[in-house]
Amino acid sequence: MTADDRHPDDPDRSVSTLPGGLWSQPQPTVPDLGEAEPVQRLRIPAAMTYDYTPGLAQSRFLRGLADKKILGERCPVTGDVYVPPRGVSPVSGMPTTEQVEVGPHATVTSFCIVHIGFGVNAPPTPFVSALFLPDGAAVSLYGTVQEIPHDQVRIGMRVEPVWVDDDELTTSMENIRYWRPIDEPDVPADQLKGHM
Amino acid sequence: MGAPDRDVAVVSVAQTTHRRAATEINEVELIQPVIRQVLDQIGAGISDIGFTVSGSSDYLAGQAFSFVMTLDAVGAWPPIVESHVEMDGAWALYEAWLKIQAGHADTALIYGYSKASPGDLPRVLSRQLDPYYYGPLWPDSVALAGLQARAMLDAGTITEQEMAEIAHRNRQAATTNPHAQLQGSAPVDELLAAGYIAEPLHRHDCPPISDGGVAVVLAAGDRTRDWSDRPAWIRGIDHRVDSHNFGARDLTRAPSIALAAARAGVADGPVDVAELHAPFTHQEKIVRTELGLSDEVDVNPSGGPLAANPMMAAGLIRIAEVAQRISDGSAGRGVAQATSGQLLQQNLVCVLEGE
Repeated sequence: MTADDRHPDDPDRSVSTLPGGLWSQPQPTVPDLGEAEPVQRLRIPAAMTYDYTPGLAQSRFLRGLADKKILGERCPVTGDVYVPPRGVSPVSGMPTTEQVEVGPHATVTSFCIVHIGFGVNAPPTPFVSALFLPDGAAVSLYGTVQEIPHDQVRIGMRVEPVWVDDDELTTSMENIRYWRPIDEPDVPADQLKGHM
Repeated sequence: MGAPDRDVAVVSVAQTTHRRAATEINEVELIQPVIRQVLDQIGAGISDIGFTVSGSSDYLAGQAFSFVMTLDAVGAWPPIVESHVEMDGAWALYEAWLKIQAGHADTALIYGYSKASPGDLPRVLSRQLDPYYYGPLWPDSVALAGLQARAMLDAGTITEQEMAEIAHRNRQAATTNPHAQLQGSAPVDELLAAGYIAEPLHRHDCPPISDGGVAVVLAAGDRTRDWSDRPAWIRGIDHRVDSHNFGARDLTRAPSIALAAARAGVADGPVDVAELHAPFTHQEKIVRTELGLSDEVDVNPSGGPLAANPMMAAGLIRIAEVAQRISDGSAGRGVAQATSGQLLQQNLVCVLEGE
């Protein structure tokens, strides 16, 4: 008998009672309290509101998106262009100040085929989520690939962003609806080393 | 506490100019110049640092794993030895000190920072409370401080006049601190004439809400000579907790401070300067009493947390302020105290000394 076959009340069961041991919480168990009725669960809703501000570099990036531009920022030490920028080069610790437009064409550096969709904007399953290295950038952006059967997506594939209609453009990552293939030869994987 | 095996000193400090809301910048943009300054002023780079540790809180940032993103400001490549505490940076410094004592590092970079401005701080701080009995009631930090002040007034250990004098003294001292958020104070009688915000607390009894950060470099033994002509040696450091159940505590006292002070050796020599992390006026009286400081001690020449109170940084700033005064020769021996949690529940005491 494997751990996953044990009854949920078996104290020696695995933490999860789901197949494969994924995601679940254990059944609540309490020690013998004698006469007392155990309180097994408290529901205490808690919510806090934050006015989040993205900062200088991310504001520049988000404003670029409203113009259908992908704006990275260059490390003053290594010359690498980071996108989306956070204001500081993660390699040198120095502020990035030079803005560089990257893409819009990009290369798939990794992907996975999703069979269980999460979130309100998830496309019908199965779909492909992927990382896209915009031309001129050192790091990849996240998004989905569409307009191609999911089993034909591959690392090195060339793509372009599909933007929302111009009257729907805002300062948001949601401006890029998804990425689609373009008619260019694949980039050999060894050219993507260090950018995966 | 027995004498530590290795002599460790503060060799560099830097902090932001604290302000109510740094809305235009994110946390990494807030702390990056401070980290750069604390290294640049001793001519060091991250490759010279053996251990890096920070103090911050996702509850303040409103973001999960916010400290990971802030690591960008360190330049953590090639990979570094790094840690984080969800506490004030003073406890990050304690971890670094232990790491050095254990022989795992000779140098350390410590920083603490926060932007309290995105959230509603008094409510956010209520999330520090236990989730069963206090948390569901959402008692805010100012109301809780009011309970403590009331207990002290009732016990006769402080007066509202004394509280106003503490506010006045700290904020007047802050006029010479370029990093302070609140500088200067109206006269005491004017302060007392204003209304209450959580009786018996007036507005002047409460710390400002601040965005800001601080960074410190520690070095051991001979390494200090590369970076400082007058290092501020850590002669003792200890931290202790009191119960977080308010009903189980005498709110007019903080025995954890007295215990940490004894273990850190506060009374083993003269105290020229003390920087106290007492966010509310009445708490300064408790801290001062528990530390056993005489009336001659210069308390909070920086203005203390009543002049600038960036969460997760204000405790480490106390250590930085004392170290600065030792390194510039204006003090020979000093005490820094940092607090965490509600109503001085957890406390760290650090004794620093020149040569």
